[in-house]
Amino acid sequence: MSALLEVEQLEVSFGRTGAVRGAALTVERGETHCLVGESGCGKSVTALAVMNLLARGARRSARRLAFEGQDLTRLSDQGMAHLRGNAMAMIFQEPMTSLNPAYTVGSQMTEVLRRHKKASQRAATDRAADLLARVGITAPGLRLGQFPHQLSGGLRQRVMIAMALMCDPKLLIADEPTTALDVTVQAQILRLLASLQRDLGLGMLLITHDLGIVARVAHRVSVMYAGEVVESAPTTELFANPRHPYTQGLLRCVPVPGRIKRDQPLGSIPGTVPRIEPGFQGCAFRERCDFADATCAKTIPRHAATADHDFLCRLPA
Amino acid sequence: MGAARFSRAPRFRTKLAPAMLQFFARRLIVAILVAATVMVLAFALTRLSGDLAISIAGPNATQADVEIVRKAYGLDKPLSVQFFDWVGRAATGDLGDSYFFKKRVADLIAERMPVTFTLGLTGLVIALVVSLPLGILAAVRENTSLDRGVQLVALIGQAMPSFWLGLLLMITLGLQLGWLPISGTGSWQHYVMPGIVLAFSAIPALTRLTRAGMIQALGSDYIRTARAKGLSRAAILLKHALRNAAIPVVAIAAVQLGFMLGGSIVIEQVFALHGVGFLAWESIGKNDFPVVQAVVLVLAVIYVALTMLADLMNAVLDPRLRGP
Repeated sequence: MSALLEVEQLEVSFGRTGAVRGAALTVERGETHCLVGESGCGKSVTALAVMNLLARGARRSARRLAFEGQDLTRLSDQGMAHLRGNAMAMIFQEPMTSLNPAYTVGSQMTEVLRRHKKASQRAATDRAADLLARVGITAPGLRLGQFPHQLSGGLRQRVMIAMALMCDPKLLIADEPTTALDVTVQAQILRLLASLQRDLGLGMLLITHDLGIVARVAHRVSVMYAGEVVESAPTTELFANPRHPYTQGLLRCVPVPGRIKRDQPLGSIPGTVPRIEPGFQGCAFRERCDFADATCAKTIPRHAATADHDFLCRLPA
Repeated sequence: MGAARFSRAPRFRTKLAPAMLQFFARRLIVAILVAATVMVLAFALTRLSGDLAISIAGPNATQADVEIVRKAYGLDKPLSVQFFDWVGRAATGDLGDSYFFKKRVADLIAERMPVTFTLGLTGLVIALVVSLPLGILAAVRENTSLDRGVQLVALIGQAMPSFWLGLLLMITLGLQLGWLPISGTGSWQHYVMPGIVLAFSAIPALTRLTRAGMIQALGSDYIRTARAKGLSRAAILLKHALRNAAIPVVAIAAVQLGFMLGGSIVIEQVFALHGVGFLAWESIGKNDFPVVQAVVLVLAVIYVALTMLADLMNAVLDPRLRGP
């Protein structure tokens, strides 16, 4: 059986700027796959490209972009709309603005089920109330009748999650779902997502720049840099044995109690993500890399460290 | 917090919050103040236009005649007394009598109002029917030649004087093609041409507002959510985007209707529609100041009422205005 989501050689460009350059990743059924990297490395664009939600003017191409073996690049807009919100759902970084201010929580939740499953209003309302309770919202009946502005950010994100689950999706894409929330609320939402993923057997593509989140919830991690997936491995393997200098740098930026001595400075990666012009060749990280030499300007091979751990670097496996 | 709060019954409508009632109480006070100001202005304007007794008595009147007229109409009393007399009677619905028509002013206005209202509503409906689709289309095709074409049409509409457009339509649709009657109020066809002319004054603003609102809505996060939910294009555009884009459009449409009712003086002239605007014009010419005062007052009150209606409709469309 094919994987839930397969992405190979994904390219997205806005005008002359390449936002995603040949990214590859695979999400298995029932797996939490974390996509990490710093701001502007193409994580969100990758997710939007999968959902076909890119802004007008973006160009997308892929050698393979398949959901349950079905080629998404050949799907019509209509066909894609029937998958979105149905078999594949997405939640976003901005809970404050992602709900329509003019409609109640109930009407926004029920319309998904009514659209995709042709459910009656009554059945859809019951399902919505069940899911609100499931994501930890008390008084779901009251919340259904409320408008988004009457809810806090954490509640709105719970509503977004419940809404994404309305049609029993197989894949949930969560684009930095906790970034805009208070720290305590972040932990609650994360625990919720992890338990939902486990209980419902969801395949989840979780986008984050927080390696603490990754360590807690991910089965597999892909590290993105400048539009490429530079390293991908099972979570424990990646943390124990990072091979790409960028991954190593990222991990040095995370304080780990016990492993870091008092007064020892935290690591940082000097410089910023470069602008990738058309015709760029070689490793995009070489300007910031301690191990870079002249060969890094040439095409870089993808190495396999183990059967399910690969990385994009000239340094030998 | 009783058990009812935890009930799971679907209840998608929320009641008007107390904050909302307060909001309307404040609006009502402002409306009354506006009406009072308009009364002072309407009264002052008619008095400032010269000695009313002389103009009523006519060019051949003697000084004694003028004094008789002055006494008969109460113009010899202090201005403040005259003003409060008028306000006091207006408050009971008595707007005085017309000197020229020899009728009660209230009856006179009531007779003419249906024509003006029909004309104003026709104009508003035509304006909305044209500008909503145009605005949506321009927003969906933002920065294409179609978008620029729509904006150009809006610009031309804004620049075109209404009496000139009225005459053009009379010549083409009325005289050359013979499709529509060019004057009078005999049938619904009589309202089409003046309605179009009146609509033209509102179309540019409404189109641009719809376009801007739709562009803003379509770029918002909740539209991305609606797309991520796999909703149909129609639901995304009309249910999710237009609902939010319409909020300022509704407010401006109500205000535009006020402008149309008050501003139809020129159009009623051109098309010989005997509405309130026509009445105002006649009365100004004949120095029939009770009528002029009353028309200004009535139109102002309608205008204020329409702005309040716009606020109310805003609150219905935008739940955030209804308080927490």
